[in-house]
Amino acid sequence: MAVLLRKSRGALQFVKTRPGLPGILNSRIFSCSSYHCKSNNTSRNGYTLHSSFLGLPGYSVRFQASLHSKALQLEDHDYSVNDQDWDFPGGKVPFTTKIKFTADSSEDRIHCYRILDSSGHQILSNTSEMISKELAVKLYSSMVTLQMLDTIFNEAQRQGRISFYITSYGEEAVNIASAAALSNDDVILPQYREHGVLLWRGFSLQEFANQLFGNRADYGKGRQMPIHYGSNKLNYITVSSPLATQIPQAVGVAYSLKMEKKDACVVTYFGDGSSSEGDFHAGLNFAAVLDAPVIFFCRNNGWAISTPITDQFRSDGIAAKGQAYGIPSIRVDGNDVLAVYDAVRKAREMAIKEQRPVLIEALTYRVGHHSTSDDSTKYRALEEIEHWKTARNPIFRYRNWVERQGWWNEEQETELRKSVRKQLMNAIQVAEQLDTPPLTDLFTDVYHDMPSNLKEQERSLKETIKKHPQDYPSGFVV
Amino acid sequence: MAMRRIGSSSGPNNLFNICRGLSTTTPWLGSPDETKILRNGTTKSMNLFTAINQALHIALDSDPRSYVFGEDVGFGGVFRCTTGLAHRFGKQRVFNTPLCEQGIVGFGIGLAAMGNRAIAEIQFADYIYPAFDQIVNEAAKFRYRSGNQFNCGGLTIRAPYGAVGHGGHYHSQSPEAFFCHVPGIKVVIPRSPREAKGLLLSCIRDPNPVVFFEPKWLYRLAVEEVPEDDYMLPLSQAEVIREGSDITLVGWGAQLAVMEQACADAQKDGISCELIDLKTLIPWDKETVEASVQKTGRLLISHEAPVTGGFAAEISASLVERCFLRLEAPIARVCGLDTPFPLVFEPFYMPTKNKILDAIKATVNY
Repeated sequence: MAVLLRKSRGALQFVKTRPGLPGILNSRIFSCSSYHCKSNNTSRNGYTLHSSFLGLPGYSVRFQASLHSKALQLEDHDYSVNDQDWDFPGGKVPFTTKIKFTADSSEDRIHCYRILDSSGHQILSNTSEMISKELAVKLYSSMVTLQMLDTIFNEAQRQGRISFYITSYGEEAVNIASAAALSNDDVILPQYREHGVLLWRGFSLQEFANQLFGNRADYGKGRQMPIHYGSNKLNYITVSSPLATQIPQAVGVAYSLKMEKKDACVVTYFGDGSSSEGDFHAGLNFAAVLDAPVIFFCRNNGWAISTPITDQFRSDGIAAKGQAYGIPSIRVDGNDVLAVYDAVRKAREMAIKEQRPVLIEALTYRVGHHSTSDDSTKYRALEEIEHWKTARNPIFRYRNWVERQGWWNEEQETELRKSVRKQLMNAIQVAEQLDTPPLTDLFTDVYHDMPSNLKEQERSLKETIKKHPQDYPSGFVV
Repeated sequence: MAMRRIGSSSGPNNLFNICRGLSTTTPWLGSPDETKILRNGTTKSMNLFTAINQALHIALDSDPRSYVFGEDVGFGGVFRCTTGLAHRFGKQRVFNTPLCEQGIVGFGIGLAAMGNRAIAEIQFADYIYPAFDQIVNEAAKFRYRSGNQFNCGGLTIRAPYGAVGHGGHYHSQSPEAFFCHVPGIKVVIPRSPREAKGLLLSCIRDPNPVVFFEPKWLYRLAVEEVPEDDYMLPLSQAEVIREGSDITLVGWGAQLAVMEQACADAQKDGISCELIDLKTLIPWDKETVEASVQKTGRLLISHEAPVTGGFAAEISASLVERCFLRLEAPIARVCGLDTPFPLVFEPFYMPTKNKILDAIKATVNY
């Protein structure tokens, strides 16, 4: 049956769109409803059934189906035959007598869009029209804040004050510039290395700290590991650890925006490693087929924990995959703030105006370890990390440009760093002192309403805690 | 109200009838409330797929933010459950998706997270596994992990399940137990057309993600009077569909018809069976089952899925906890064998009427 039901689909898919072939149309319907017909006519092991046992006889089912097919139908076709090309679904396919396989990739690698060169000199001249002084300075200060936030929280983990942390070192431009090109109405479905987007949208340092410490002010109620941020008011859907699961979900969110004719799109972030997951392919294909206004933003940072991209795929990166799905795609220098900003801004415009998906591959580098549970010097050269940390540092590069514009100076730099450090230290202190979430938060939100088994388990657990308080951490309100 | 009797030529050796005999006498009517529905509204005789179809029409009609999608649903679906929907509600609300189950469920989660009712069809329960991660790690935890900032409660995943006589490994499975191990989703299985319509509408409107397994054997075979109007049947509420005093039988979906016949045969031997339709497998109605076992002192659970690790094991353990001193005999499980679902051996694999009848007798005479 699997063969009949599933394999026959492709061949018959296009035939059903041809009203001139009712026989074949019906045979497709029949192939589906034959499941039942067989079920009700098969004589096997002594049981025999007749079609009269059916609620509806097969004939009328097919008739109904034909009616609906007609109702749903479908443009006129030209049925004339020619030998130049084949009018195959999806467009005309020219014939050729030359036997030739397509190349595994195009001769040239897909070019990488940039505006600033490696030392922060502007290659294009029209940049000032694109970006105001105010925005330029905010971009810079946000990148510095993100880096400092990472440094201090990472240190807090090293001191044992929080259990886990993930930095976005080296990817500050990807984070901040992509966020800056969006509207807050655009819905974000992140992976886990995009907290810069949340920072840009106004998530306070205190809100970050509350999540990391899992205290009672954490919106996630202390249920998830550090860095699993989420914010309803900032349209940032809560991080989950499984990779790429957010990608097909983003298409569903985008479809909703499309149906409600919102002036907004969806942006979903993921890494080079995630592009190997089935959900990546599912998401891109769904978005293309359903014309969903979603930007797929891949941070190709070269490493999936210890796996380099050479062990991840043979294609020309991720951007090359877009075309196979029918999605316009671009490769951008992820360490060039202005290029990322520009690419996302244009992608957003396309996604919303043309109601279709866009794929962005940002080339960058994960300067930090994968997480605080990782030591990346075990699998990559220190020189490599150092090179990206200094010579290709997106913050240095951008600072050169902002300073050259006369919009930033050393004094402002010192002031910014001093102020951010103070706010971060304060946020940590406050977060540490806040109570843990109440015990009942262990049981709520599994369902909309708490079912009886959970009520019973809560009651039973409370009794156990009373009996063996030494087994449980203190500070929980029981 | 009885299901239409099938197989007029059924003899004593008719395996179909043994496996799947549907009683003409079963009073499928349940609570007084449900009877009221029938009295007040008009009803129509229809089969199970038509009842599902009617529920989907009502769901789409009553909420403009509801969507139906999945493989082949545009033309009406391979089981005809989505017939006429695309024509009536448009291709933007009822549409084919690419052939990719993880995509279907992932898409549905995103759609539901925006406050829509996302009604996803997985063509066969046997093909739901590519979507397992999306269901288990994503849909089930969406609300909890966000501290109730986000939820995908509008998601309903429909999938035909169970034996069909010739489905072999991949058109016959009953995978409900996998999903019963996952806090955060509900699992619901209807037994008849009227139940299917009312329960499906409840699932679609429930503020939690639900996996709704439809007994595909009954799509055409089960026919009963179904109210034409919009009605819902409660979730997590089991129903005593046959009252008795000697032994309690618990089941769900298509298996209930087989169990009902075993009950009828046991009656001829003077054994009075109480039969319970669990309807919702998680979170399940322990109280109704417990009350019945406290009365009868004996319990038998039957399902098509393999016995080891099946949901009967969970029911059995829970009832031992609650009714240990009242039990007069070990709890019996009459289930599928611990093999892949076999094609030509299906009649041997199945928890048939006589297997159930033997277990009833053994339990009562223990």
